[in-house]
Amino acid sequence: MTVTTTAPSPRVTGSPVRRPSRRGVLRWLVPLGPALLLMAIFMAGPILWNVYIAFTNETLTGSASVNSQFVGVANFVRLFGDANFLNSFALTFVFVIGSAVIGQNTLGLIIALLQRGRGRVTRSVVNGVVIAAWVVPEVVAAVCWFSFLAEEGTLNTVLGLSQEWLYTAPMVAVVLANIWRGTAFSMLVYSAALSEVPADLVEAAAVDGAGPWRRLLHVTLPLIRRSIMANLMLITLQTLASFGLIYALTGGGPGTASQTTPLYMYEQAFRYFEIGYGSAIALVMLVIGALFSLVYLRLIKVEDVA
Amino acid sequence: MTRLAARGAAWLSLLLITLAFAGPFLWVLIASVQPGANLAAKPTFAFSLDNFRAVLNWETVFLPLINSIVISGATAVLTVIVSGLAAYPLSRYQLRYRRHFMLTLLFTTGLPVTAIMVPVYAMFFRFNLYGSVPAMVLFLAASSLPFSIWMMKTFMDGVPVSLEEAAWVDGAGWVRSLTSVVGPLMAPGIAVVAIFVFVGQWGNFFAPFVLLDSPEKQPAAVTIFTFFSQHGQVAYGELAAFSILYTTPAVVLYVAVNKYLASSFSFAGSVKG
Repeated sequence: MTVTTTAPSPRVTGSPVRRPSRRGVLRWLVPLGPALLLMAIFMAGPILWNVYIAFTNETLTGSASVNSQFVGVANFVRLFGDANFLNSFALTFVFVIGSAVIGQNTLGLIIALLQRGRGRVTRSVVNGVVIAAWVVPEVVAAVCWFSFLAEEGTLNTVLGLSQEWLYTAPMVAVVLANIWRGTAFSMLVYSAALSEVPADLVEAAAVDGAGPWRRLLHVTLPLIRRSIMANLMLITLQTLASFGLIYALTGGGPGTASQTTPLYMYEQAFRYFEIGYGSAIALVMLVIGALFSLVYLRLIKVEDVA
Repeated sequence: MTRLAARGAAWLSLLLITLAFAGPFLWVLIASVQPGANLAAKPTFAFSLDNFRAVLNWETVFLPLINSIVISGATAVLTVIVSGLAAYPLSRYQLRYRRHFMLTLLFTTGLPVTAIMVPVYAMFFRFNLYGSVPAMVLFLAASSLPFSIWMMKTFMDGVPVSLEEAAWVDGAGWVRSLTSVVGPLMAPGIAVVAIFVFVGQWGNFFAPFVLLDSPEKQPAAVTIFTFFSQHGQVAYGELAAFSILYTTPAVVLYVAVNKYLASSFSFAGSVKG
């Protein structure tokens, strides 16, 4: 993004300036130590622990809570034969594609494009409302959507319908709620990206007779394609892990109709205390998250930032 | 004429989008000041602050909000100190593995924290940390660190090394250099990181929901959920009033750092060309 990080060495040659103590390892280990320690204990530790317990039959109750045993890949064999897990996986896919890839990404881009060239007031009003949906805590977002979709809620009142949307169309409800909640992020990323598109390139295309559509498709979008890919990776990562909004809104129900993988993991690990099995689910999520995270790293120009 | 039509269409679309985004807020805003509100968001002219009065008591609002302030505040302070220290060598020294370290941090920010909750819970249970607020704060700080160290380092890179030279001449070590020269110069950056972490934890629902055992320790995110998840016998006007009281600090703090956010978004998609 900005500045190369290399601290320029004191430029005046022969100056008496002595940089602070450079005694070997300690000069960086001491200030970095607390961060490394915290991340080792509370981030790396749990992840490694997770890899281990995913291969055990650890539970919090019953005999396996005292001495859990190594069970090899049994959890994973069970996982891929578990209809509820496969259901949750399919729902997560629908949730990510519907709310992030299609919803937030497209709507964010559209709003960013529509806002270009509009007045300050228009921009602030639109930004204000869209960003507000993103700033409210997720449980409050759930309260907003619960009341919006309830049988006597705002939507039915406006449309003159009588539907308990959270029961009749739970996935549609959580997808819409998550689009509402997450679009601001894509909108901000795209506003930043669009502001870097050189105006003369777009004007040149206009002079050459390209209409608005062709300018968008052949000039603007190709110029911001890396931002589009990076944004897709980031919102996919956020949406994959989404828990609170769905949990508060539908609890995964009715039945398992909106039980995405994080909710299924929650049920197995924290309701049935099947820690080993829950860890196996968590490990699958971590691996998928890691893959997307790697793609993101490949996409951004790290020379600029690291 | 077509230009005018295009402008009109753009305007109309923005209006519709704005209305659609405002829709879900409507009920909360109206119901909070309506006496005896239920789920029907019917505009009336009856106005009262009864709902606010009803929830403004120790168990419903004050204790959970204080818990939220303690948890989010402690996490923010700890994260700022630890990430500020960590950023110094990353910004100032030539370290062989710096690039790898920074990339690892960035990679970590992508991992789903939701998935990490299962092993964290298992660990907390095994080491008798379940229900401990300080232990949870350590975990929250650790999970905020990768992104915070990134931000801190970026802000610190903006402070020219030449400004530290005078301090070095006076014999200051890195600690003095950091606390009396670099720190004050990047105070706005430090505030941004602190607020960023604070707001993030203010809304955090899953971690306290899983790691804390008793209702008296729970932050507002969890108590409002238990209040709202018993659909049916809920006093909806009070739920709306509580939602507003709980949301306001997050919004105020967001507005405070808003202007710094634009730059972090060119970072989020930090991709040029």
